[in-house]
Amino acid sequence: MNTKSLWTNERTRGLIFQVLLVVGIAVFIAFIISNTITNLEKAGLASGYSFLGDTASFDINQRLIEYSSTSTYGRAIIVGGLNTIVIAILGILAATVIGFIAGILRLSKNYLISRLVTIYVEFVRNVPVLLQIIFWWVILLSLPKVRNSLSIGDSIFLNNRGIRLPSANFSEGSVLVFLVFFGVLITLYFIKRWSHKRQEKTGKIFPFGFTALGLIIFLPALTFLLTDQPIDFNVPTRGRFNLKGGFNVTPELVALWLALSTYTAAFISEIVRSGILSVSSGQREAASALGLKPSLTMRKIILPQALRVIIPPLTSQYLNLTKNSSLAVAIGYQDIVSIGDTVLNQSGQALEVISIFMIFYLTLSLITSAFMNWYNKRIELVER
Amino acid sequence: MKLNLIRFAAMAIITLLSFGTAHASTLNDVKAAGHLKCGINTGLPGFAFTDDKGNWNGFDVAFCRALAAAVLGNPDKVKYVNLTGKTRFPALASGEIDVLSRNTTWTFSRDVDLGFTFLGVSYYDGQGFIGRKSLGIKSAKELDGASVCIQTGTTTELNLADFFRSNNMKYEPVPIETNAEARAGYLAERCDVYTTDASGLAATKSTFKDAENHMVFPEIISKEPLGPLVRQGDDQWADIARWTLNALIVAEELGVTKANVNEKAKGTKNPEINRMLGKEGSMGKMLGLDATWAVRAIAAGGNYAEIFDKYLGTKTPLGLSRGLNALYKDGGILYAPPIR
Repeated sequence: MNTKSLWTNERTRGLIFQVLLVVGIAVFIAFIISNTITNLEKAGLASGYSFLGDTASFDINQRLIEYSSTSTYGRAIIVGGLNTIVIAILGILAATVIGFIAGILRLSKNYLISRLVTIYVEFVRNVPVLLQIIFWWVILLSLPKVRNSLSIGDSIFLNNRGIRLPSANFSEGSVLVFLVFFGVLITLYFIKRWSHKRQEKTGKIFPFGFTALGLIIFLPALTFLLTDQPIDFNVPTRGRFNLKGGFNVTPELVALWLALSTYTAAFISEIVRSGILSVSSGQREAASALGLKPSLTMRKIILPQALRVIIPPLTSQYLNLTKNSSLAVAIGYQDIVSIGDTVLNQSGQALEVISIFMIFYLTLSLITSAFMNWYNKRIELVER
Repeated sequence: MKLNLIRFAAMAIITLLSFGTAHASTLNDVKAAGHLKCGINTGLPGFAFTDDKGNWNGFDVAFCRALAAAVLGNPDKVKYVNLTGKTRFPALASGEIDVLSRNTTWTFSRDVDLGFTFLGVSYYDGQGFIGRKSLGIKSAKELDGASVCIQTGTTTELNLADFFRSNNMKYEPVPIETNAEARAGYLAERCDVYTTDASGLAATKSTFKDAENHMVFPEIISKEPLGPLVRQGDDQWADIARWTLNALIVAEELGVTKANVNEKAKGTKNPEINRMLGKEGSMGKMLGLDATWAVRAIAAGGNYAEIFDKYLGTKTPLGLSRGLNALYKDGGILYAPPIR
């Protein structure tokens, strides 16, 4: 083959251009990166991540791990990251439940219910979520002031600084209670398998839900009472300014959670509705012809098929919720952005902190989509 | 595909050309551009705000105007760049602005580690607390167990943590990004007290409907010397900006005002005034400017006292007294080196 025929051959010509393009893009990206780094160093803007080991010297009100103002910047950012994960998980759970219920109710034959849900969806998804966060926060701030807290049995308090619950202190004997608890969980797994097999053989349905609930509460509680109560509760008491002791759920967390979950649920309900409508009506008719109850038809026939349509767009809603949680900074929920901003201001390391934000959200989003893709694969229609 | 390649090559060349020209002299750059790029706050009563015609005004803005007048001969030749607490330092370091005049606290790490040069102190501030009189306390040292609203993005959180730690007290921090929401949180009694710089507390209190029910506690828990700053490494530009600030303070000391500066520039019996206003010596030339640089700087908005009274003083809604910011001979600590 001479050079001319190489050139006239469509496949090799295409290949040459593709290689050239890839090399071109790679060179361009490498150039941009090295140029940026050189320029940043020249301007004294990028000085590395060693500042993460310095003392943070500021406080955080919601912390899942040990943290004080003498901890490091790195630890402060981890505390913030965990707070973001908390709101993301709480939000995703609530949004899914509300979204599925709203989506199903919107298809209800009851005119009033379906209209009400339509109003909810159209209202909530057309108002910017930042405004909704502030709206919920202001609503929560109009709860009773701390001196007039509402209380249940003087152990649970509600005021505009949050909900204060008794916290538990675990002493040595409490290990047994946990052992019993996990023992129950393992036993339940085997009961579930056994009840499945029995149902397949005999058609008898075992009341699994009630059994599980009863065992999970009853057995650990019994152990607790028999082993001279190894867990004592730290009940909040009224202090000079605030309630003291116990565990406080801040109004910022609740406001953010309500706003994000209702907002995202509105989108999810539309996705669920489209999923349900995509299942052919013959399926429903066949199910009722077999004598299945409407609730069972929805749970066992319609939803499993609808899920195949629902899952992929649902994943993007989960990702949106996680990313929207960064709006927390407006009302003072100390998520990674709120804490990162403080770190940025104290240390002046703008680019480093922003890069941590990007890597954090990227990782969180990739983990979420990896999990959802795995779930999607699992429920996919098996084709031959 | 070929077209894409050409496009990429073109973009690469454009990027190459537009990047990385080192700043030789900020003075020459400012003169060539014909305007001063001055970084200011996005909006803070008294310090940087827009008037009803949409022009920027305020204590920090007045310094930009004086500097532009000294360098370019016209106080209006300023391009204002509004910066948040987050964007101010990268903007200065990258050369997006020539000088930062945005109520910025002069601290060791900002001066040394971030590579900036502070020009002096234009306002001595300090962090304080505001609380309801009905709390029944007289001092911030009685705040053990309180909830504290903080406006984030300054050195405020750090001072607060230090104060409570050194006094062995506990508190619940409620850090909120903007002043508006932080104020709303305080007014709804989400927090017992609100903390920020004393000047900010005065500005915030002035907006309360029931201002008489609130009190600023006597403790000032930090030193917040606010001042303008420039990039490190251009000493000539730093000198020009530093001495413009000093000239405004010296002018107050020597009784040179906006009204009489042109009169006094013709010559007085006081040799220091003559030196500052260019009648004697060659101060302007040493800076790389002309002889009447200080005349224009003072004519732009008056001396330090005039600027303070106009934007922050007791006749304004902020109602701040001079306090530490009075001249050293009037009981304050404002003290500019002599012009000679």
